[in-house]
Amino acid sequence: MFDATPSDAVGYVFSAYLFFLLMVLVYIAILGAKFQRINRELSELIDELDAREESSV
Amino acid sequence: MALLGKDLRTEFRTMRSLPAMVLFAVTTFIIFRYGLDRTTLSGSLAGGVLWTTLLFAAILGINRIFVSELEEGGFDAIRLAPVDRTVLFTSKVAALFIYLAVLQLIVVPVFAVFFLSDWSSLVPLVAVLVGANLGFSVLGTLISSMAVNSRARDLLVPLLLLPLVVPLMIATTAASAGLFDAAGPDYEGFGTWLLVVGLYDGVFLLVGYAVFDFLLED
Amino acid sequence: MTGRGLKTLSIATVVFLMVGFALVFLWVPMDADQGFKQKIFYLHVPLAIVALLGFVAGGIEGYRHLKSGDRRHDANSYVFIHISVTFGVAVLITGAIWAKASWGYWWVWDEPTLVSFLIVFLLYCTYYPFRYAIEDRDRQARYASVFAITAGAFVPLNFMAVRMSESVIHPRVFATSEGGLPDSMLFTFLVCFIGIGLLWLTLVKTEMVGKKVSGQVSYLRRKLHDDGAGGSVGGRIAPSVEAK
Repeated sequence: MFDATPSDAVGYVFSAYLFFLLMVLVYIAILGAKFQRINRELSELIDELDAREESSV
Repeated sequence: MALLGKDLRTEFRTMRSLPAMVLFAVTTFIIFRYGLDRTTLSGSLAGGVLWTTLLFAAILGINRIFVSELEEGGFDAIRLAPVDRTVLFTSKVAALFIYLAVLQLIVVPVFAVFFLSDWSSLVPLVAVLVGANLGFSVLGTLISSMAVNSRARDLLVPLLLLPLVVPLMIATTAASAGLFDAAGPDYEGFGTWLLVVGLYDGVFLLVGYAVFDFLLED
Repeated sequence: MTGRGLKTLSIATVVFLMVGFALVFLWVPMDADQGFKQKIFYLHVPLAIVALLGFVAGGIEGYRHLKSGDRRHDANSYVFIHISVTFGVAVLITGAIWAKASWGYWWVWDEPTLVSFLIVFLLYCTYYPFRYAIEDRDRQARYASVFAITAGAFVPLNFMAVRMSESVIHPRVFATSEGGLPDSMLFTFLVCFIGIGLLWLTLVKTEMVGKKVSGQVSYLRRKLHDDGAGGSVGGRIAPSVEAK
């Protein structure tokens, strides 16, 4: 039965934990993108509101 | 009871699909014969071939039955009728069960003729078939009721149904594998697997019974 | 589920995970049988258990949604399942890495827990196309709850069936947390388990807050344009959370 040699095993274990870290970071990146998008939409809405106020003044 | 009659009548109309299903099963057996390069089967191989074929024929059959019902406006008519929802559920399950039973009545002997050298396994196999049919009917009814109003329903039914029937298939193939043993039916573990099938059926009958109401609300 | 307590939750998550991983690599003794690669389990098993619990919780929320008609339960159900599926990906990948380290193959059919997890994972993956295929929002939510309940009932059944199909010849290689684990390992495992559980909760809360914010932006947009034409920031298939 194949069994990983000690140095290989270290590699495998760390790649597992690193993959986990990678997934968390990717999730954060997705959150960041979402944040940006919402920020942009809010800015647009604020601009619109300001423009309306100005035109009604 | 009238509902069951109505469903059965729909059945007999969709029994037109039965010859096609049988043809499908027989052709699949032939493919297996050449794909596996075997002329007789025993043990787990026999169980696997039989149940895979039955499974796919059943899925094709479910699509036919429920889709045709929708096209004939059956669902709306029933929803308007002052009928207890659970009766509706039971009649659909029963209709599907009967369809599958008829299908197997034809397909299993064909399978035996093609691949089995010893037919003594067929009697206990009936117990497994009944259990599997029940589980399949319940889940098939549930899933198609959910999928019937959606887009891509032909794709959705197999997609949802297949993972859900995996434990049932595990149990039925394991139970059948013993029966098809080359040296004659081996009953070791048979009772346990039958129990698993029963458990599976029981759980999903309960779930279906509890939940079917919500599927018909509109 | 609101954004309240999200900060505390995420801090707790960080603490537990950091302590847990430190324990894994700096303190807990090496497993006599499997050596260093056993340490993957402190990551893989908690992920799996939390994901499965998340699926069952999704089913419970589905049930509560059907019972009360309160849309929030449907949103909960959706998010629970969403995060659990993501965790599921991590479970399968870490499991594959462990399999490669132990057996030399990226996948082993012999390992019943991995196989049953795969089946469950595939089932919950169908949750998304299923929701997407139903256009009417009300019906979508109701049917999704039915699915969540059915699938939740399926999880224990599936595990039982797959485990039973294992022939007695194959020894159970998987070191589970029950039975025969030395205290130090059990403790490390528990810390990691709590950490992963907290992570799940943090991610769920974060997603709920995100949905709420999107809902608020849509609400603003609709108000501003004075008609119903504003589309939601989020996807069409995801349930939205009320703005207020």
